[in-house]
Amino acid sequence: MINRLKSVNKRIWLSGPYAVWVFGFTVIPLCMIIRAALTAREGGFTTGNIVAIFDPIHLKAMLFSLEIAAGCTVLCILLSYPLVLAMRQLNMGKKGFMMFVLILPMWMNFILRILAWQMILSNNGILNFLLRSAGLGELSVANTGAAIMIGVVYDYLPYMMLPIFNAVAEINEDLIEAARDLGANGFTVFCKVIFPLSIPGLLSGIVMVFVPSMTSFVISDILGGGKLQLIGNVIEQEFTKSMNQNLGSGLSVSLMIFVLISMAFTMKNDREGKRSAIW
Amino acid sequence: MRKVKSGNLFHGISGLKNLLSRCYIGLIVLFLYAPILVLIVLSFNRSRSRVTWGGFTLEWYGQLFSNRQIMDALVTTLVLAFLSALIATVIGVLAALGIHAMRQRNYQIMMIFTNIPILNADIVTGISLMLWFVHFMPLGFGSVLIAHITFNIPYVILSVMPKIRQMNVSLYEAARDLGANAVYGFFRVILPQLLSGIVSGFFMAFTMSMDDFVITYFTKGAGVSTLSTMIYGEIRKGIKPEMYALSTIIFVTMFLILLAVNYWPEKKPAVREEQRF
Repeated sequence: MINRLKSVNKRIWLSGPYAVWVFGFTVIPLCMIIRAALTAREGGFTTGNIVAIFDPIHLKAMLFSLEIAAGCTVLCILLSYPLVLAMRQLNMGKKGFMMFVLILPMWMNFILRILAWQMILSNNGILNFLLRSAGLGELSVANTGAAIMIGVVYDYLPYMMLPIFNAVAEINEDLIEAARDLGANGFTVFCKVIFPLSIPGLLSGIVMVFVPSMTSFVISDILGGGKLQLIGNVIEQEFTKSMNQNLGSGLSVSLMIFVLISMAFTMKNDREGKRSAIW
Repeated sequence: MRKVKSGNLFHGISGLKNLLSRCYIGLIVLFLYAPILVLIVLSFNRSRSRVTWGGFTLEWYGQLFSNRQIMDALVTTLVLAFLSALIATVIGVLAALGIHAMRQRNYQIMMIFTNIPILNADIVTGISLMLWFVHFMPLGFGSVLIAHITFNIPYVILSVMPKIRQMNVSLYEAARDLGANAVYGFFRVILPQLLSGIVSGFFMAFTMSMDDFVITYFTKGAGVSTLSTMIYGEIRKGIKPEMYALSTIIFVTMFLILLAVNYWPEKKPAVREEQRF
């Protein structure tokens, strides 16, 4: 793949500014956060800040974050496939109207959109008003894990749909025709043709949804009513309220280690993942 | 063609399938747009309260432009998004060209570093940058700009890289053989081939920057506000109705721009794309 022409070697230098940038603003900051994590509040070396993730309070937040992230990822996948198949059924192309519809909501500030969900879901909110009007009783989802789940699914759904859609849209119709001619029914076509070919998109979708939904703190802040804490909330409060930067850094580093390991695991199965970019 | 030829029964089934598909898409669209509808309605609400409807008004749209704070935050947000996207695009395109020329091992190392800001949690990126910035610069517009460029470059690289892979290097070689210098060759031969990737990279970077809250929040210091951080600060006090008006304006503007971009008769690139295949 890589061209071995003479001019190619000189071309490497074009990435010089980026290499400097990566060193200055990715590598050094990571060293700084690791250094802060390994320093006790009073000074001196400690591993206590990193191990602090196993404290019952932090562990509870971490497990709740995992629960939200896993649930969000699964729900996004379950919502995405029928949509992508429906779009294929209706011949909606890559540049078509649906793509536009999926991307456009990102242009309304996400905090405002989450606040709008708060208004929809609150006990005197729009949803309950509609349910009451229809004589269906009331729901009390406000300030529960379910509300947070709705918020994260809402916010990250496009990041799952877009890569899966891109992968599925590239599947040649002839392949599906061939499978049908050989006697496969719709379900078999999905299992044996569409799903395997969509895996690169699915994996980049998982990467784009799992981490942000696990670490967001704004959504849980607004929809969880301040009582339900994700690991992101705990870290944020260490910096803004408790003013314990070292503990905050320690928890961040444990989070980072967890995230990088789980993502490396996901990416390992994704040798050709680069084929389907995020959009 | 097949579907049309098949009998009535099949036609009925595929019609039913189409109907189901339409219903499902409709539900998803409702889910995605319900909160946006709520916000747009609120921007016309005379009452300052979020829960009661006080009648229709355009008052907030009028007051918006005289609200100094919101206008400042808007300008900061737009300037930040534009500058960070622009700088990230320049660095990112050069980087992608360079990285593509690397040998397998270095290529992979650079791609790993490129993926770090994307894979890492925003909160970790924000905190680590903040911990580094405090050593040598005051937190303010400059630090936020650097932070935004940092998380924007990878998106540019990832959207330009596929185009570089498809690029025909011989064309550039030919241009050089015919006497073009490197700069001329770059602008006349390489850049046009990468243009669609560069444009979508820039656009994506701009979007990411506009929509970012977490990294800005940790790197901004006291003086600077973007729309996101301003809204976050107002959650407890209550959002100013002017903010709903502004968001509606931004949303409608983007709606029109995207509509124009998507449906502008754009024949040439499409043809070029097919030929490459």
